[in-house]
Amino acid sequence: MAHAAHDQHDLHDHEHHGPPKNFIERWVFSTNHKDIGTLYLVFALTMFFIGGSFAMVIRAELFKPGLQLVQPYFFNEMTTLHALVMIFGAIMPAFVGLANWMIPLMVGAPDMALPRMNNLSFWLMPFAFCVLLSTLFMPGGGPAGGWTMYPPLSLQGESIAYTVFAVHLMGISSIMGAINIIATILNMRAPGMDLLKMPVFVWSWLITAFLLIAVMPVLAGAVTMLLTDKYFGTNFFNAAGGGDPVLYQHIFWFFGHPEVYIMILPAFGIVSEIIPTFARKPIFGYKAMVFAIASIAFLSFIVWAHHMFAVGLPMGAEIFFMYATMLIAVPTGVKVFNWVTTMWGGSMTFETPMLFSIAFVILFTIGGFSGLMLALAPADFQYHDTYFVVAHFHYVLVTGAAFAIIAAAYYWIPKWSGNMYNETWGKIHFWSSVISVNVLFFPQHFLGLAGMPRRIPDYNVAFANFNMISSIGGFWFGASQLIFLGVVIHTVFFAKKKSPDRSWEGAKGLEWTVPSPAPFHTFAVPPVINDDELAHGHVDH
Amino acid sequence: MKAVATTALALFGGAVWANPQPDQLNLTKGVTTWSGEPYFLNNVAFGVCVVIGIVVFGAMFISMFKFRKSRGAVAEKWTHNTKLEALWTGVPIIILIVLAKLATTGLVSFADTTGSEMTIKVTGYQWKWRYDYVDYQGKAVEKVGFMSKLDGRSDRTRQLGSGMDPGKVTVDGYNTYLLDVDHPLVLPINTKVRFVITGADVIHSWWVPALGWKMDAIPGVINSAWTNIKEPGVYRGQCAELCGQDHGFMPIVVKAVPKAEFEQWLATQQDEAKLLKASQTAQTAPAPKGQG
Repeated sequence: MAHAAHDQHDLHDHEHHGPPKNFIERWVFSTNHKDIGTLYLVFALTMFFIGGSFAMVIRAELFKPGLQLVQPYFFNEMTTLHALVMIFGAIMPAFVGLANWMIPLMVGAPDMALPRMNNLSFWLMPFAFCVLLSTLFMPGGGPAGGWTMYPPLSLQGESIAYTVFAVHLMGISSIMGAINIIATILNMRAPGMDLLKMPVFVWSWLITAFLLIAVMPVLAGAVTMLLTDKYFGTNFFNAAGGGDPVLYQHIFWFFGHPEVYIMILPAFGIVSEIIPTFARKPIFGYKAMVFAIASIAFLSFIVWAHHMFAVGLPMGAEIFFMYATMLIAVPTGVKVFNWVTTMWGGSMTFETPMLFSIAFVILFTIGGFSGLMLALAPADFQYHDTYFVVAHFHYVLVTGAAFAIIAAAYYWIPKWSGNMYNETWGKIHFWSSVISVNVLFFPQHFLGLAGMPRRIPDYNVAFANFNMISSIGGFWFGASQLIFLGVVIHTVFFAKKKSPDRSWEGAKGLEWTVPSPAPFHTFAVPPVINDDELAHGHVDH
Repeated sequence: MKAVATTALALFGGAVWANPQPDQLNLTKGVTTWSGEPYFLNNVAFGVCVVIGIVVFGAMFISMFKFRKSRGAVAEKWTHNTKLEALWTGVPIIILIVLAKLATTGLVSFADTTGSEMTIKVTGYQWKWRYDYVDYQGKAVEKVGFMSKLDGRSDRTRQLGSGMDPGKVTVDGYNTYLLDVDHPLVLPINTKVRFVITGADVIHSWWVPALGWKMDAIPGVINSAWTNIKEPGVYRGQCAELCGQDHGFMPIVVKAVPKAEFEQWLATQQDEAKLLKASQTAQTAPAPKGQG
């Protein structure tokens, strides 16, 4: 057996290059992709709870009409920071953590291509968020102009310099992470791991990394212009000085739309690994899946102004951006149909990762449906900036991206920790989450259609019932995530049940050929690739 | 049966519900010659989504039931089917073309602000609106313009810890909490009204759901839009673009009245403006020399 020989190599390496015993040396100075992956995941989970606590404040204030808990300005700080923390602190680092852990294992590489840069790109993140969140404790307060930071409003805030600096740090971190991922995938695959034999997760991250490199500098430019407008007397976005506030929105969304796909493409990849495993059937249309991700990534660059249908664009521009946006439904539809067809004719079991993946497919598709409705510009004149939009992007980001991350955590935690999580509690977490998240977000469609704008701290009595239902769902969903925290802690530190190397009966791919937990160093000698062991080893169409 | 009727009304209530209603489930059909466009598009697109959803989710649930390992299902090996893939690429394209056609029609008619009979200038401020009547039936309107801000009752009730019940802020039995202003925008019905919309400080967005659209009010930019209201009534909306701490507290109220009533109202406003101007002139003018 080829891989048995490698295990011996791994053990051999383990003796000489095990993790440092010193805590600081091991975690702060780490250049090991697994440890850095763990750091990213722990950081993301922490941010998930911080961002979640902001959401709890929002839902508590919106529980019933009238202001009960917070002043409107603080409410705006909460909506702004909730978005910034969840997007840049929770979802993106979680995906980078998964990439760090799994890409070298999946392509048969000993580590990431640039391990020291890997350390730097992680350690920028905690500082970025300390800078961002410290504004909450300062006299001027935190950023309150929305995560999109539209001028002139964002320039009224006193925390813009801190916010811009934090965004720069996050951007640098993301760009370095992306460079590292591209370098690893293109240069460090084991011999025989052809591009078209790579797991879909690896493909999705390769494409995502290019998106990151393309658009993070654009965001950096946009926020730097905000900074100079505020402090250095420029007038990029100041109409009185010959600038244009709408220019900012064009620049921001040229970053912002690819950004939303940065947050969903790796999720597509994860689900494309999990569903075949538990359906015990190879993914349907591997090449179509890869091509669909690439098409979506391309289209993401030419649809930005659909976030701006109400800014008064010329009719020709509205028509172009509407058509381009609608076109995204085609590759996205292909992906959904392929997942369903992968399940069809399989031999399915429903462990927690599979449950979250199935919920992902259904609920992400519902988010896609509202996305299609939002693409229709005349209808968007009504939907824009209402709770309908809030419902839409939470369906794609919470039941989409976050559910995929949770599915990935359940799927790979046996490999990471060597222990099996408690399936009963995993299922309790799933059912509690999937019911509460719909109680939370589904009524928000109705609120938006009935005319409730987003980002308001108080509302007319007509919106009272659905807001109360949504808040109850919110508290329930928030509490459900404490179950997840419990399951993770239990699995890592206390679980008695050991996981075999191949944690799941139907699992294929190189990551399952190494021991559980994965040794500190793996694939020091490139593995010999056996196509039968790969999830996508036989692509002949 | 009553529940079904209530649900049906909530979904397709249409014109009777120009303003937000408790437990409203769908868009309003609106009250203008154009506002049916987004409503129609919304319903068609929703219907399409429901049908696709039934097919896709149906297939998922069937496979989850039929192809379970616990029922002895054995996994098949196929991974490809060209005909099927062509079908599910082609059919969505056809559906999208139909939707695009409908949406384009709506956009083209919305963009056409020609042939308007009056012009209103709307300016967004932190946190109130200003309305200026620019012209009516081809004639310039002199000095009719006013600020429009949240009504006093809502404003007192909405303060943190006011202890007042938002449910008690009503006008004619309709709850107007945060949806009422001191001076509504008065418009004639059956008249094509052109709006020119701008912002004074930050970006706002002028939105009355019954008119069927919103348009951003941006400093340094003048956007235009139009409406032609068919039915008299009071139509309520809110600022839709985050504009600072009181973003949630700058509602919009449009009072649509028959043309004759509007003309009378406009004449009164113009007279008042003249009187005001005259009295100001009298106060500030130097006293005539003869009497000095």
